[in-house]
Amino acid sequence: MGRKLDPTNQVKRGPGRKSRKQKGAETELSKFITAEESEPKRLTSRARKRAVKRAQDPKKTKDVPQQKPLKGFTDENKDWLKPAKRKRKIDTPESDDDSDEMWEHEDDEEEDVEKVEALGKKQGKKAVVAKMAEKEEEEEEDDEEDEDMVDDYGAAEESSGEEAEGGSDEELLPIERAAKKEKNIMEAMGVGSDDDEDSEDEEAGKSDDGDADEEDALLTNIEEMDKFRLPGAEERAKESVIPLDLQTIHHRIKENVDVLTNFATKREEGKDRAEYISLLRSDLCTYYSYNDFLMEKLMDIFPVSELIDFLEANEIHRPVTIRTNTLKTRRRDLAQALINRGVNLDPLGKWSKVGLIIFDSSVPIGATPEYLAGHYMLQGASSLLPVMALSPQEGECVLDMSSAPGGKTTYIAQLMRNTGTIVANDANAERLKSVVGNIHRLGVTNAVICNYDGRQFPKVMGGFDRVLLDAPCSGTGVIAKDPAVKTSKDEADILRSAHLQKELLLSAIDSVNADSATGGYLIYCTCSIMVEENEWVVDYALKKRNVKLVPTGLDFGTEGFTRFKERRFHPSLRLTRRFYPHSHNMDGFFVAKLKKFSNSVPATEMEQDEEETVTSESVAVASGPDKKPSKNETSKKIPGKAGVSPKGQTNGTGAKKPENIQAKGQKDKPTGPKKAKMAKMDGKNAKEGEANASESGKTELSKNEKKHEKKKSPMKKKKRLGKNKFNKLKKVLQKGWIGE
Amino acid sequence: MRPLTDEETKTMFEKLSKYIGENIKLLVDRPDGGYCFRLHNDRVYYMSEKILKLATNVARDKLVSVGTCFGKFTKTGKFRLHITALDFLAPYAKFKVWVKPGTEQSFLYGNHVLKSGLGRITENTAQYQGVVVYSMADVPLGFGVAAKTTQECRRMDPMAIVVFHQADVGEFIRNEDTLT
Repeated sequence: MGRKLDPTNQVKRGPGRKSRKQKGAETELSKFITAEESEPKRLTSRARKRAVKRAQDPKKTKDVPQQKPLKGFTDENKDWLKPAKRKRKIDTPESDDDSDEMWEHEDDEEEDVEKVEALGKKQGKKAVVAKMAEKEEEEEEDDEEDEDMVDDYGAAEESSGEEAEGGSDEELLPIERAAKKEKNIMEAMGVGSDDDEDSEDEEAGKSDDGDADEEDALLTNIEEMDKFRLPGAEERAKESVIPLDLQTIHHRIKENVDVLTNFATKREEGKDRAEYISLLRSDLCTYYSYNDFLMEKLMDIFPVSELIDFLEANEIHRPVTIRTNTLKTRRRDLAQALINRGVNLDPLGKWSKVGLIIFDSSVPIGATPEYLAGHYMLQGASSLLPVMALSPQEGECVLDMSSAPGGKTTYIAQLMRNTGTIVANDANAERLKSVVGNIHRLGVTNAVICNYDGRQFPKVMGGFDRVLLDAPCSGTGVIAKDPAVKTSKDEADILRSAHLQKELLLSAIDSVNADSATGGYLIYCTCSIMVEENEWVVDYALKKRNVKLVPTGLDFGTEGFTRFKERRFHPSLRLTRRFYPHSHNMDGFFVAKLKKFSNSVPATEMEQDEEETVTSESVAVASGPDKKPSKNETSKKIPGKAGVSPKGQTNGTGAKKPENIQAKGQKDKPTGPKKAKMAKMDGKNAKEGEANASESGKTELSKNEKKHEKKKSPMKKKKRLGKNKFNKLKKVLQKGWIGE
Repeated sequence: MRPLTDEETKTMFEKLSKYIGENIKLLVDRPDGGYCFRLHNDRVYYMSEKILKLATNVARDKLVSVGTCFGKFTKTGKFRLHITALDFLAPYAKFKVWVKPGTEQSFLYGNHVLKSGLGRITENTAQYQGVVVYSMADVPLGFGVAAKTTQECRRMDPMAIVVFHQADVGEFIRNEDTLT
């Protein structure tokens, strides 16, 4: 592409420019002084006098020689030189603009790496070269090219001037150099500091030139052919021994994507899509350094063109955002205070009234007095969404099941204006310290912080109006934050976290009070984009508990999947929201809003659902108030659990439950992973069942017990609140137990 | 979690009254429902009775914090106020000190307030009186003890200490682990 540097020209330029630059500085000085003389009005009268005095001597001595050459022009030369000078003066702003454009180019290139690679393809002959380095090289070359053009132009004129002038060359120089100097300045800004590097690059470039040309030719050939050839098996085998360089791979990715998007027209005869896809996958894995498993998952989620965007978005960081703490200040005041500290910020977006986006800052944004005084919280834009979807009301009782480090918890508190109560739970005691710090710093006074495993939570307390479950996940939405995810995750990790999430979600649902006047809502969110951890988990909960999906209230984001590969989810999963780094410029995120509804369940699902609510209730009832009579309690609880099994079955042992689940699972279990998962779960349930059976040994009674509870359940639903009521209920149950 | 004993209550209220005087009454008798002090892990928490009821569900070893932590009892039985109490000290404070913007940062790093950094001070502050420290923008930054009376402050040299540092909001970051 473009023109190559002429080495001879470079040699000429090197030392000459230096000497000229120094002389140019003198002219600059004289010019500066004259300029100063021309604008003394800005100075005070005394300063002007002083300046005149100071300037008088050097001015006279220097002005004379400067004017001399002007007068010394012959007529011909005037024609030649004056326009030339003008021209260069006009040139310089132009070239300044050029340099600006170059900067813009750089920005563009940084944003759009593809473009850079396309431009830079002639460069890379070395196998492993850092991308940035390549970019720089590329830019430098571009600069050089531009310069060359200017140089040639100037040089031509210069030489013509010199030829015409002959002996008066020396005297001409100041004027000549006035222009030259400006050019030099321009050069110094553009490349000057890189002089040494330039020469090195050029030396390297010389050796590479030949190859680069050849490659150019090759690439253009390919483009001419407009055909992407799929490498054969032997070639791929060879690649595994001698890896290709990234440039080639990137080019191949582009070509491959191009073919895949226009498969009918651009495909190679006799090759099917799978071959292209597998090549693309391996190339993407190499280029972006993901492991095979994760890339496969991502390719399942995104179409090819979007996938590239997503992968690119994962290479750059999301902007820093803060949330105003409206308990202590207002966004306008905070913005003003931060601007005064030299922070460059902007409102986050129309959808948030409390978010601010930080572009740059001269002070550490996490240590300003405003931060310490609790006026704002450093928080990703994506983590505002679940709380907005939760929309807690004043005076409610809200549970944040996994709260560390307290960003969402404090946001909930500020939406509730410090009324009602918030229970902030986290399983990790270390991480709870940051919750304590943040809650106190932001002035939240209505929070209870506790350290339970979320799965045990329904046993501790229930009856919350709203619950927020920000489940632990594989973190595939925040690869930009933690690139280790790229290689560290595999099938087992995803399924493990999916399993945990299902357990947590069920226990979160059990903590919600469906009969709450204002609430009964639950938000499930993860910072993962895997379907296994999101839609699948929610779909599971829909089957297992009497909850339904409701709109999240977020007006952007893409809809959740209702079908994914061979899996079919409930159609209402459309109401969930997914957020991606490439389309929304925030961390990858998933938000689902569930409403726990009361006994008005459709008849078909009625039986099972009701039984399940009874189960959850009986669990809460049994273990809620007191733990002293635990033996009775547990034995009572177990039959309740066993109650999940269909009515038709005569013996309600715990061991029946797994079968039931399996039967259910068979409907939608065709995949390997899911099967494995089911097996795992079955194993667990079976174990549980066994444990139960052995512990109680009273399974016969359980059936009666179950029926007993079922009859009472509709009335008792409302009695979940309050300790006294718990106690009453417990007594009633115990009496029933004894009576039997 | 248990209510404070009489002795503990006395110790703590003595300490609190150094900063907010008789305004302590306003902390206990509030128009918006009952509030109380509870002791948990040697720390004193201030909470509404609604939250107190909820917190009784939580096992003792699982409970990390309830409401607002005011401070803790040392092993020698003295009471030490934590910075987390600032939210309740600042609105009721009787004696205040404002520091200049340049000194803000220094105070937030745990240094005493020098005369040179003193912006304003409440009239008639006695020596060793508990004071709340504000920035000039009226943002509470921490609290301490007046080293000199207001009168003496006027004719001291610029490098003399005016307020002894006790706690500042920088501790939210510096001592995050020991807040509770």
